[in-house]
Amino acid sequence: MINVIWMGMILIGFIFSAVNGNIEDVTKAVFDGAQTGVTVSFGLISIMVFWLGLMRLAEDSGLLAKIARLMGPVVRYLFPDIPKNHPAFGYILSNMSANLFGLGNAATPMGIKAMQELQKLNPDKEQASPAMCTLLALNTASITLIPTTLIAIRMNYHSANPAEIVGTTLMATAVATLAAIMADRWCRHRLISQSKKKKPPAWPHTPKEGDAPC
Amino acid sequence: MNLISVWMIPIVIAFIPLFAFARRVLVYETFVDGAKDGFSTAISIIPHLVGMMVAISVFRASGALEAMTSWMGPFLLGLGVPPEIMPLGLLRPLTGTGSLAYTTELIHVYGPDSIIGRIASTIQGSTDTTLYVLTVYFGAVGIRKGRYALKVGLFSDIIGFIAAIFFCLLVFG
Repeated sequence: MINVIWMGMILIGFIFSAVNGNIEDVTKAVFDGAQTGVTVSFGLISIMVFWLGLMRLAEDSGLLAKIARLMGPVVRYLFPDIPKNHPAFGYILSNMSANLFGLGNAATPMGIKAMQELQKLNPDKEQASPAMCTLLALNTASITLIPTTLIAIRMNYHSANPAEIVGTTLMATAVATLAAIMADRWCRHRLISQSKKKKPPAWPHTPKEGDAPC
Repeated sequence: MNLISVWMIPIVIAFIPLFAFARRVLVYETFVDGAKDGFSTAISIIPHLVGMMVAISVFRASGALEAMTSWMGPFLLGLGVPPEIMPLGLLRPLTGTGSLAYTTELIHVYGPDSIIGRIASTIQGSTDTTLYVLTVYFGAVGIRKGRYALKVGLFSDIIGFIAAIFFCLLVFG
């Protein structure tokens, strides 16, 4: 699906620019986009280096394992196929708590670290495991308690009550997260039941692109 | 609430090394050792991000995004939803900085306390840049087939978008 979206955005873009006659803008956009990609990646270096250093301290001191044990039940419900006491739990938890406080920058390195731990458990290194999909679903829905950046912007524009959107954000984010968890569960069950029906190809080896269930 | 968000990061940054130090971990060496991972991970994301950013900026610069939103305008007005919000719904899953810029623009033009400003703030705060998250997270571990992750992400974006508008109209409307 990502192939279709990627190809589609580029093709539709060029077709539209042919109609609109702004092909120079689009050509420029290609190079601007490429540059943004590199700039964002380089911008990530500083944050990643710092947080991963700090996370190693949390890991080696046993802090991560402590937190994981505390919040274990909820996360174990969401990630049933990760073995008990696996280090992935700690990273998933730190990723979730950083998201809760609206610390997007801090959430990314921990999410990546969690992905790397999940990849170690993944039998097919090219294809996402169900646990990886769940982690992604939680992150794209972005469970937020305090939308820090938005409050700051609203303050900048002299809002009478910059934090008034906390309530609506909380409700919207709760609904989106619930929808993500439910959709993820549904897809996961479909995947497992489909792989039981057809003998070959057995899960976790989905054969072709576009053949994937759900 | 504001106090919590201001103090959250400093407390975490101070607490982790202190805790590790108390547990007799070699804090500096361990920090540097873990930090090394950050560099290679960030570098390995570059190809994925470049690919995505190019496609997104082509889509936007060509006017395709604008056209898509103007088609949906009349339908939205019928539902009581300001059509100005629509581009944000399409931008949000594609680009974090782009949608933040658009939200800031909406707040600038219509004011933070207008219904448009409030809806835009809520959408920006309650959803995430699905394509970016997918690219970065899967890119970092070399996953090529995301299985159903993208569909689930986009589905929750749509639900979050609708929920944000609904709750804003309910609370502020």
